[in-house]
Amino acid sequence: MRIHNRVLALLLIAGLAAAFGLAFLTLAPNRLVTGTGVRWSTVLGGGHTAVLLPALGLLAAVFAPPSRRLHALVALAAMSLLVGWVVLAGAAATRIAATATPLARTSFGGGFWLLCTLTALALADALQRLQLRPVWRLLAGAAVLLPIAGLAAGGALDALSLLKEYRNRQDVFDAALLRHLQIVVLTLLPTLLIGVPLGLAAFRSAALARPLFALLGLIQTVPSIALFGLLIGPLALLAAAAPGLGLSGIGLLPAVIALTLYSLLHVARSTVAGLGQVPPPVVEAASGMGLTPAQIFWKVQVPIALPLLLSGLRVCTVQTIGMAVVAALIGAGGFGALMFQGLASSALDLVLLGVIPVVALAALADAAFGAAITAMEVRTT
Amino acid sequence: MIEFQNVGKAYDGAMVIDDLSLTIARGEFAVLIGASGSGKSTTLKMINRLIEHDRGRILIAGEQIRSFKPEELRRRMGYAIQSTGLFPHWTVEQNIATVPTLLKWKPARIRERVTELLELLGLEPALFRDRHPQQLSGGQQQRVGVARALAADPEVLLMDEPFGALDPITRASLQAELARIHRLSGKTIVLVTHDIDEALLLATRIVMLDHGRIVQAGTPAELLAQPANALVAEFIGRGDVGIKLLGLRTVAHAMRVGDASAKGEPIDAGASLREALSLFVARRVEVLTVIDAQQRTLGTLHFADLLKAPP
Repeated sequence: MRIHNRVLALLLIAGLAAAFGLAFLTLAPNRLVTGTGVRWSTVLGGGHTAVLLPALGLLAAVFAPPSRRLHALVALAAMSLLVGWVVLAGAAATRIAATATPLARTSFGGGFWLLCTLTALALADALQRLQLRPVWRLLAGAAVLLPIAGLAAGGALDALSLLKEYRNRQDVFDAALLRHLQIVVLTLLPTLLIGVPLGLAAFRSAALARPLFALLGLIQTVPSIALFGLLIGPLALLAAAAPGLGLSGIGLLPAVIALTLYSLLHVARSTVAGLGQVPPPVVEAASGMGLTPAQIFWKVQVPIALPLLLSGLRVCTVQTIGMAVVAALIGAGGFGALMFQGLASSALDLVLLGVIPVVALAALADAAFGAAITAMEVRTT
Repeated sequence: MIEFQNVGKAYDGAMVIDDLSLTIARGEFAVLIGASGSGKSTTLKMINRLIEHDRGRILIAGEQIRSFKPEELRRRMGYAIQSTGLFPHWTVEQNIATVPTLLKWKPARIRERVTELLELLGLEPALFRDRHPQQLSGGQQQRVGVARALAADPEVLLMDEPFGALDPITRASLQAELARIHRLSGKTIVLVTHDIDEALLLATRIVMLDHGRIVQAGTPAELLAQPANALVAEFIGRGDVGIKLLGLRTVAHAMRVGDASAKGEPIDAGASLREALSLFVARRVEVLTVIDAQQRTLGTLHFADLLKAPP
């Protein structure tokens, strides 16, 4: 037999090592102590072995000659296996809960995370080989996440510690989600309103561009915690001077200001790069045919610059989603608050409850921008 | 149609256009020619105010161009440039429809006009209408560029080295198209080039510029026969003036009508005398049989006929 897909073979070997070397689930007597591994015999004891069948399919695919159909089958197998890991964890936790004390916690172990990562890599590899448009990759992601969300909503995962943490703090979690999105949107709006005109000005005047980008680059080098801290003083003074405005040295305002300052560089620079990409003859022809300067800007320069501008916006959106976590330190709230609370009480599942949605949001934003940008590029080439 | 009256233009104190006076009549095909830096492009761009003149007056159809808004003025004139400047994010149809859309034509009328222009420029409308510029060859892009310049049926067509970047075969075919469009539409065309052969082929009048001044303006035959100075003679090429002169006339002008005395090689009556000369030499004959497009014999052309002075 010949090995046709080395990547998949490597992932399977790593998967086997993960399955035998690391615990798939851990069981702890309460939420604060570290758990011990749960045996595979216990995990698979409930007759859910069938969810592992796609793994055998992946093994067979290693030896099959490559074709589009095979890659599609590998992608489907990896997708069902990803959902399978969650089903398996949920079912095992439910069975363990039936015999354990109410305080006992069943958590995802290193094996679970590693197996999920390896399976996701297999899926990504198969999708890459299929050379699908980003929209399809987005759909593949949804095809994995929706069943898992369905399982969680249906209560199949309720016995897992992560879900218990969620149930205990559902209102806190929902508030954190809302606040996190609020921080991101409130950052992106001023970033666009200031960054695009700055980029435009820098594009038109090279004399302005140099000091502007030096300054924006300098801001990037300030650590985020330091910048948050630096803003507290001036804003507190301002708040004291004008109490009527409802300003505050801590909370949402300094967070949004700091995150905006970080984002400006990407948006301004991609605006300059995007406008620079418009060929001068195109502008000359537009002018020569009688388009007004405003028409040239909106109908010619902006559409041609848009894909690059969006890729700048993509970077700063993902960056803002991640950095907003740190903003919890100055009382801005968001998922960072959950995470720091979990760290303070060394409750790992609470940390995960704060981190997982941040990663998911960032990945979602990245994929959505990617799809939008590709759709635009397809239109022009 | 277009009148320059003592026009001047300076950049940072250096004169680029110096006291230029020129009248281009309606329906003329004026070719501005000169070396780089001669001011030919500047002169063209002053007509649609892409460059504003400092001194003198420029009139279009008797009115000063300064009396119009630049945008209004430009929409009355087609504009085509060497690198086409097609909008990469728009389809061929949207590109051609630029000025009609600005002028708020009805969609049905625009669509009809685009079809008409694509056909005029030899591009199958069904095939090309929805393509993007990147999907076209250089020659096809330039055809779309010319179609776009003609879209709103402008009174004047301004062209800045439109065929400069094309390969010789594509260039020759587009030059022929442009000559045909000029014949059919009778539009006033002002074209900038540094290619003397292009100028001789297309122009009803050649305006030779040097350092912002007109050195000579006249028909191609006038320039060839009586170059105003050494520079013009140099530009035309001293060695082959005679051949270029032959290029200006067709076989039909010099043939002996009805004479069927000799059985020579056939040549089309529409061919230039330059092609005839080439055929005489290549075939080593002294007489050619002149035929029309339907292959009917019209007469003969003798080698000596090439030397007869034009009537």
